[in-house]
Amino acid sequence: MLPLNAALFLSAILFAIGTAGVVVRRNAIILFMCIELMLNAANLAFVALSPYAGIDGQVIVFFVIAVAAAEAAVGLAIIIAVFRHAESVDIRNFSLLRW
Amino acid sequence: MLSQILFYFFAGVAIVSALMTVTRRNPVASALWLVGTFFALAAIYTLLGAFFIGIIQILVYAGAIMVLFLFVIMLLNLGNDFEPDFRGTVWKVMAAGSALVLLALLVRVVGGTESLLVATGGVDLVAAQVAEYGVVGAIGVPMFLDYVVPLQVTGLLLLVAVVGAVVLAKRDV
Repeated sequence: MLPLNAALFLSAILFAIGTAGVVVRRNAIILFMCIELMLNAANLAFVALSPYAGIDGQVIVFFVIAVAAAEAAVGLAIIIAVFRHAESVDIRNFSLLRW
Repeated sequence: MLSQILFYFFAGVAIVSALMTVTRRNPVASALWLVGTFFALAAIYTLLGAFFIGIIQILVYAGAIMVLFLFVIMLLNLGNDFEPDFRGTVWKVMAAGSALVLLALLVRVVGGTESLLVATGGVDLVAAQVAEYGVVGAIGVPMFLDYVVPLQVTGLLLLVAVVGAVVLAKRDV
């Protein structure tokens, strides 16, 4: 049996790295990749806890992966639309999405 | 013992690849390091006993979603003449600070879970479900019985995402 704490610590470390990436980068595509990293960190916590708390955790992970796929499709379409408008994927060009 | 060595090896691979994802300047390099992180996580899922999730991780995440990312990066030609996109020193300090604070909070939260969960003794429960329904069935049966409404809503969400992506990426929006 693997140590549960190690898996949960790994999940926390990956989530923190993803957060740092979202704060420090300006390229919208890399921001998306950091968000995927954070989603994966949460998935790892679900999978690590599922042997103790029931198989439901793995079902939730399945749904998270489906939602991440939908999010990637729509987000990349928005990035392509903004790139056509501004010739750049810099996150500062996305301020027109604010309201 | 071997599984523990493999776990720590893949955990190290995942952390190094994640750091490389955040620090590489070239978006293509970032995407490929992220694929490495996903493969390491798939191996860890398999070691934790979630075989189906490990396969799905490789097929859907590393196979489909990351190919979509690479496709968009190359469609927009961001791999050749990429602009430097790191924020200034103040933002880097803020990023390190927020990451450390978040890490401390999460470690504090997860540090106390093990003693709570071992008491529930659910390990045999999941093992019994896998033995009865198989690796895929253990997830599929509750998904189609207990989670049928979320499953249908997820299908609807994917339909909306497909239509929305086509509308957004069309040339004359």
